[in-house]
Amino acid sequence: MSAKTERLCAELHELAGRIGRRVQLMEVCGTHTVSVFRNGLRALLPANLRLLSGPGCPVCVTAQRDIDAAIELAARDRVIVATYGDMMRVPGRLGSLEKLRALGAQIRLVNSARSALRIAREFPDRPVVLLAVGFETTAPATAATVLEADRDGIENFSALLCHKLVVPAMLALLEAGDVPLDGFLCPGHVSVIIGADAYRPVVERHARPCVVAGFEPEQILTGLVALLRQISEGRAALENVYSAVVSAAGNRVALELLERVFVPADAVWRELGTIPHSGLEFAEPYRRFDAVERFGLTIGEDDDHPGCLCGEVIQGKVEPAECPLFADECTPLNPVGPCMVSSEGTCAAWYKYNRPAGTTRADVPASWEAGQ
Amino acid sequence: MCLAVPGKVLECSGEEAVVDLQGNRLKVSKVLTPEAGVGDWVLIHAGFAITTIEEADALETWEYLRGSYGEDFFSEADDAVESKGGDS
Repeated sequence: MSAKTERLCAELHELAGRIGRRVQLMEVCGTHTVSVFRNGLRALLPANLRLLSGPGCPVCVTAQRDIDAAIELAARDRVIVATYGDMMRVPGRLGSLEKLRALGAQIRLVNSARSALRIAREFPDRPVVLLAVGFETTAPATAATVLEADRDGIENFSALLCHKLVVPAMLALLEAGDVPLDGFLCPGHVSVIIGADAYRPVVERHARPCVVAGFEPEQILTGLVALLRQISEGRAALENVYSAVVSAAGNRVALELLERVFVPADAVWRELGTIPHSGLEFAEPYRRFDAVERFGLTIGEDDDHPGCLCGEVIQGKVEPAECPLFADECTPLNPVGPCMVSSEGTCAAWYKYNRPAGTTRADVPASWEAGQ
Repeated sequence: MCLAVPGKVLECSGEEAVVDLQGNRLKVSKVLTPEAGVGDWVLIHAGFAITTIEEADALETWEYLRGSYGEDFFSEADDAVESKGGDS
């Protein structure tokens, strides 16, 4: 442990002791969740500080009905669906994209929205649909790609929009009030786009401290120290301890693109239901790129596995090990819920780093070991 | 999925840049960071540079990623952007 880590831990313990009661903080970012586990930070925390994982994994919050819509599209004649890798294995009602691909459907793994557009240029006589998931870090890439398609007249390109916005979800969690939360460790790279000031409503409306932090262990501990210090002083403020990378106003160019191409819309989150203004839909001039409209899709209902507690997990209501399916019916190689599918899912992180006795590394997909 | 990784801009051409990611040359869009020029460091996410950063911060992040995710990370991170081999 570095001297700085030791000093930060000592400070955390001192502050936690001063506060004296149980404190619950939420990290709202899958990258934070993975870093906390990978670096063994939980073991260093004071006993009265509980760190909950929030709805910070884009795969985990995508509603089953949206997965089903992607599967329905991929099953159509001549359609090519382009998706980020993590979405491949998420189970829908009728299996996953991965299973459909094994049956011969044209599903292409991409790492950028631009790759989907490139496929559309290569196959001008086939419809190419991007399964557009992700928070504000990823949504500008979709917006820029749609503008490029519009400019270059790539009319066989469209997107199934499943983007989600972080702050409305944080507000919804507080408004529901089911889980007592004393503050938020706010995501680093989402904040590059939206800016630290985006969390002001959380601080001002709900008097909860918000601290923007990076994902390295010392940066996370610095964020936690800042949160505990505020709580010990009875304050609720917005702090940015990642100011080398995150500005107050965010990336103005990216925000302008989002505003130009999309409008905020109510969105359905997996098992959380509809959260007002927490998603994006196409602004009028770009509606023809909407896959739902173009293909006349009907978005159905969800039919999640009755025993699956992913919905509770992403709200911090239960820990993965409390789910009856965890590490039993639901494992990374045979996931039931999305939190076990994505390498950034809370259940997956627990499984990988907090694995129950009797399981082996072979239970984890090979791609995870390489840090995916 | 929201992880962005640092790269150094080697070439710029219109809205595109070629960046060095620990020895891998990658083509990314700089439409979100029009200010980025040759020699600048950028954070890259899903094939797009999303912000410019200082060299010291970029190197520290590289160090962390290498230590934490292993040497393979940057060749794996090849996946994070349009790679020369294209997507599978």
